[in-house]
Amino acid sequence: MTESTAPRRGAARAASRRGTLVGWALLAPALAAYIGFVVVPFGMGIQYSFYDWNGVGVATWVGFENYAKVFTDATLLASIGNAFVLIIYFTIIPVGTGLILASLIRSMRAGAFSTISQAVLFLPQIIPLAAAGIAWSWMYAQTGTINQILGWVGLGGLARPWLADYGTALPAVGLIGSWVLTGLCTVLLLTGIGKIETSLYEAIRLDGAGWWREFFTITLPGLRQEIAVLVTITVIAALSSFDIIYTSTQGGPGRATLVPGISIFRIGFTQSDVGLASAFGIVLMVIVLAVVLPIQRLSRSSR
Amino acid sequence: MIVSRTEVVIGRILLIVVLIATVLPLISMISAALQPADVNPTGLVWPSDPQWGNFVTAFETGHVWTLMVSSSLIVLGVVPASLIIATLAGYALGAMKVKGSRWILIFFVLGLTIPFEALIIPLYYQAQGLGTLNTQLAVVFPLLGLYMPFSVFWMRAHFVNVPTELSEAARVDGASVWQEFRSIQLPLAMPALSALAILLFLWTWNQFLLPVVLIADPLQRTVAGALTFFQGQYSLSIPLLNAGALIIITPAIIVFLIFQRQFIRALLQGAVKG
Repeated sequence: MTESTAPRRGAARAASRRGTLVGWALLAPALAAYIGFVVVPFGMGIQYSFYDWNGVGVATWVGFENYAKVFTDATLLASIGNAFVLIIYFTIIPVGTGLILASLIRSMRAGAFSTISQAVLFLPQIIPLAAAGIAWSWMYAQTGTINQILGWVGLGGLARPWLADYGTALPAVGLIGSWVLTGLCTVLLLTGIGKIETSLYEAIRLDGAGWWREFFTITLPGLRQEIAVLVTITVIAALSSFDIIYTSTQGGPGRATLVPGISIFRIGFTQSDVGLASAFGIVLMVIVLAVVLPIQRLSRSSR
Repeated sequence: MIVSRTEVVIGRILLIVVLIATVLPLISMISAALQPADVNPTGLVWPSDPQWGNFVTAFETGHVWTLMVSSSLIVLGVVPASLIIATLAGYALGAMKVKGSRWILIFFVLGLTIPFEALIIPLYYQAQGLGTLNTQLAVVFPLLGLYMPFSVFWMRAHFVNVPTELSEAARVDGASVWQEFRSIQLPLAMPALSALAILLFLWTWNQFLLPVVLIADPLQRTVAGALTFFQGQYSLSIPLLNAGALIIITPAIIVFLIFQRQFIRALLQGAVKG
């Protein structure tokens, strides 16, 4: 037995060595692209973040000064604050709407209506976010559709240029995010709810439970994984929003809708403070990770 | 299934409200685009004299044709290469389970949550160093890297689920790694590959930040990136701006309507796996 397996094991080991070599050769292009255009720039960003540099002249080492500025500068802090406020509109409203819709509809019989609704719900996913920004700046304009509808229902007194008003600009921009993400959340949650055992629902209904109890005891736990996924995606979208804001408000009025993405762009390319912009970039990356990782942990440990 | 009547009705009404809210901005764009180009439009109206000519004007003054070509070049630079590279890597990680796969996978997964804004400053100076700044390559190269974590993750997820018996049987029959890959793995991977192709196409076509920062000439950007140019060009004419934006979003919507089922499946899977 041992005699006959020994050479074969040797051959297997040689084959596996050759396999490893082939494997690494297959991995090489992917690693090269990823390292070359993500990891290396990341390293460059860290390096820049310790310097005072205008992009052309001589760079001077400033240690952690740029990071200190990120956490003390009122404008930069305001932009981080705005990004967290956007979570209400990018995450809570779309996921909440999706949950309510999915739990009410629960199953959609395949048919023309469901096909059309799916297509419509997905439209905002297809068009560029920048175009959504343009479409909505027009919706929100003084003579735009929102004010017109308010006039129709007798609330014309509320009419205003929504994106130019300090008080309403951030919620208005946030609602563009809700518009983009609600469809995705609804369809994904509907798909998820379709996978929950219908017998569970029948049992609890026979038990005399109403919509609320059913929602909290069956629907919500059953959709935990889908919810975790959607919360992750939408929170990242909120914290790193750029396109919508760039084409609708550019961060204004004042700094009412300023977000980290716009700040980095302005500091780096308009004010040419490459060090500060890079430091803010690193901070943004850390914030996203710090918010997203616990969500992953939660969804996993509670399963 | 027991669902009470009122719930069904409320659900339907709510759904219809959401559907209307979803199409409203698009209809409002059409309404604006059809109003006379030189006056400030008013909300939702079917204009008595629809100005279809606005679309022609926007198409010409917006150089839409040039933009479409430029966008297509960027897509052609990003999508096929990404698919090939990610398939090779996904195969090595998922099917061959190369030594150290776990760590390499984690290395890639770490890149999944990186906001593009966080890297945009160094990417600008890197492109300047490489001499690609202000050319389409300035966008193509970084996108290859930035989409790689997702693409590799996606293809690995496919290959890891292919039963190992298949490749073992092929190896017993004396197939080389390449033959096995060609005639067994690749055909099985087609659904995963086409879904990934759809996602990469959409993300590249709609990419905004990179073209805006890395290509100064709007006519060499993606169509999405050129929207800022439209905003500058038509700052005085909301009808023309809306007409231009509508022209820009139409190709993607047409492709979406044709491949609707595949798109929705890809986006749903993309969400879950991402």
